[in-house]
Amino acid sequence: MSLVVESVAKSFGHFPALNGVGFSAPKGAFVALLGPSGSGKTTLLRILGGLEVADVGHVAFEGDDLLALPARERRAGFVFQQYALFRHMTVAKNIAFGLSVRPRRLRPPRAEIIRRVHELLSLVQLDGLEERYPSQLSGGQRQRVALARALAIEPRLLLLDEPFGALDAKVRKDLRQWLRGLHDRMGLTTIFVTHDQEEAFALADFVAIMNKGEIEQFGTPDEIRSAPASAFVKDFLGVQAYMLPRIGLARR
Amino acid sequence: MTLAVAAAPIRRWRSPSALPGFGLSLGFAVFYLSLIVLIPLAALIIRPWSLGWSGFYDVMTSPRVAAALRLSFGGAAIGAGINTVFGLAIAWVLVRYRFPGKALLDALVDLPFALPTAVAGIALSALYAQNGWLGAPLAALGLKVAYTPLGVIVALTFIGLPFVVRTLQPVLADLGREHEEAAATLGATRLQAFLHVVMPALTPALVTGAALAFARAVGEYGSVVFIAGNLPMKSEIAPLLIIIKLEEFDYAGAAAIGVIMLAASFVILLLLNLLQNWAAKR
Amino acid sequence: MKREMSVFPSRVRAATDDPPLARIVLTFVAITFIALFLLLPLFTVFSEALAQGIAAALAALDETDAIAAIKLTLLVAAIAVPMNVVFGLAASWAVAKFDFCGKSFLVTLIDLPFSVSPVVSGLIYVLIFGLQGWFGATLRDWDFKVIFALPGIVLATMFVTFPFVARELVPLMTDQGRDEEEAAVSLGASGWSAFWRVTLPNIKWGLLYGVLLCNARAMGEFGAVSVVSGHIRGLTNTMPLHVEALYNDYQFVGAFAVASLLALLALVTLTLKSILEWRFADEIAASHRH
Repeated sequence: MSLVVESVAKSFGHFPALNGVGFSAPKGAFVALLGPSGSGKTTLLRILGGLEVADVGHVAFEGDDLLALPARERRAGFVFQQYALFRHMTVAKNIAFGLSVRPRRLRPPRAEIIRRVHELLSLVQLDGLEERYPSQLSGGQRQRVALARALAIEPRLLLLDEPFGALDAKVRKDLRQWLRGLHDRMGLTTIFVTHDQEEAFALADFVAIMNKGEIEQFGTPDEIRSAPASAFVKDFLGVQAYMLPRIGLARR
Repeated sequence: MTLAVAAAPIRRWRSPSALPGFGLSLGFAVFYLSLIVLIPLAALIIRPWSLGWSGFYDVMTSPRVAAALRLSFGGAAIGAGINTVFGLAIAWVLVRYRFPGKALLDALVDLPFALPTAVAGIALSALYAQNGWLGAPLAALGLKVAYTPLGVIVALTFIGLPFVVRTLQPVLADLGREHEEAAATLGATRLQAFLHVVMPALTPALVTGAALAFARAVGEYGSVVFIAGNLPMKSEIAPLLIIIKLEEFDYAGAAAIGVIMLAASFVILLLLNLLQNWAAKR
Repeated sequence: MKREMSVFPSRVRAATDDPPLARIVLTFVAITFIALFLLLPLFTVFSEALAQGIAAALAALDETDAIAAIKLTLLVAAIAVPMNVVFGLAASWAVAKFDFCGKSFLVTLIDLPFSVSPVVSGLIYVLIFGLQGWFGATLRDWDFKVIFALPGIVLATMFVTFPFVARELVPLMTDQGRDEEEAAVSLGASGWSAFWRVTLPNIKWGLLYGVLLCNARAMGEFGAVSVVSGHIRGLTNTMPLHVEALYNDYQFVGAFAVASLLALLALVTLTLKSILEWRFADEIAASHRH
């Protein structure tokens, strides 16, 4: 197992956001953290990214003790729900940011940075937009710039917070198939947070269903559908009952 | 029909409203504004031209006036510079950190707004005099503050601080932490995140605050005259020179200096408006 | 507190937490700067006033010229503040409840006095009413003094405190819109009763906030008043001018005793202002909420 999360807990004041959660996933897995708002899924993602410090817990990732590293040393690409693009920088400067803030001896030469930016822009299919500012882009384009910026640091782990939440339905469907393809091509380990069950089940290799700071069930979509581990999971899946017939067909 | 068409253009400068009192409220406001502010200011702008262009120019370039203007503008600029640095630190600490006594510190920032300038003036003067609590140790270091241009800078720093802090605070509070978090995940150190991500977002507010502090300091009188010592050519500020010219019944000369200071504050206001429009567009 | 118990190395902290050393240094700088530049002068005022004991300070206050100065200051504020309140209410009613052309220009003009040096604020009235001013000769013939007398002091004070109430009320009333007044009028209320019974209750804390700041400046104004007052002791010296006169006569205890009264006024103003900002955040203009 390449990613092992063990008994990670975090509380804000008296509010327990995470009560010792754990799961493990192999290298290259695409994992969805699924749950209602306030279930702790974003907190868990932020702890993995180093934005928040866990009270206790352990996370091993490719041999590293992840929680002992500050955010900037984790090489975890983080894509924010509202993208958090630097609005005073062009698209090219945004994407180059992670490379240009490296200490001088680790920083690639200018020409190399420019080459990488162009490479990433064509990867996210935004060729020719390098001199635009974020305010001159559509929502879908911003999302892809945010992704390119996160990929520029050659992350080992890609973390996405509600990556499609701010997009309309059509763009969302296209983008998520494309994202899954990108993940497969680059051999990343990806974790994304969503409250959309259909999205989680359609996209992920593993789904963690979270509720009140606990992981109620962790497994492949099929495992979860066929054997919901708790009343909550059953209930949560039942909300979108139209999915059930299709599951039935798939099982037979 | 015809009546409505005819009536429309007359009222076009205001949209119709169901509420009464428009004529009375606007009429009184404009009347009072004209009487207290606009007409007197017009008197100021008209007055110096009795000297003619050359007379106006002579007043401005007489060594004593030029020195006073240099001190007022230069001192205000240095004070604004000091306040930019420390105001940023204070605003950052007040918005980002939590520590006991923070609310008190926050309230104290407004003290230069609330404390009458004459009170601030004599207090600063007593404090920085050669036998004062701060003046004595500074004098031991060979630094004379009271009755020198340095004293002018101290007073102008005192009155300018709240402008910088109060302009920065709301902007800093609204900034959100997401951009700094993004910078951190991309490998930036805390200092890099501050310089490349926070500072560009704060710059318009920082410039605005500094300009407001500068504009206030240029015309400041009460807090400066006591500590300045008022030596002609050395530590005499422009507003004091206006008073001296008035005492000599040189109204036109006084008005000439007043017009320059008024013009300076208008230019600053104009630049600020342009800056804010520019910042809002981005 | 939780952080100290953390099981992780100290260099691991939330991504937007500053390094501990930076926190300590910045907090120290902020506290030191405020203590040295703001708190120490304030403290000096009281300490100098009490340098020869409280009796000497009180004696300096209980003296004919000091009492005259206090009375004059109260009188000037009692005229200037209500005038500016009426103006503020009228201007904000016109600006917030109606759309007309030139509105934003009017709002800009209201702030004008803030960008004028206090000395220039006094100077403009001397240019009009002074002996060699526009109406100087006429006023002398009528034997009516404006400059070096109460009317000049009141005018200069009105000028420097002019924007305080209006700039507080204009954004507040604009935010509140005109729905409630329109509802009141549609229910048969007159304009005045809509104002008294609907508008005023909605803006009372904002109005108080504006009056508070207006009054503090009116009582403490020095530069503008200094130009027009003529510095006649016991007659045209307001409290700040009396402070100056005593200070220049080397009567330091007296100067700082009167200054202490003004400093107390400033402290009361700051306290009330903080309370208003904290307690009635939703009912004062948005720019003051923090």
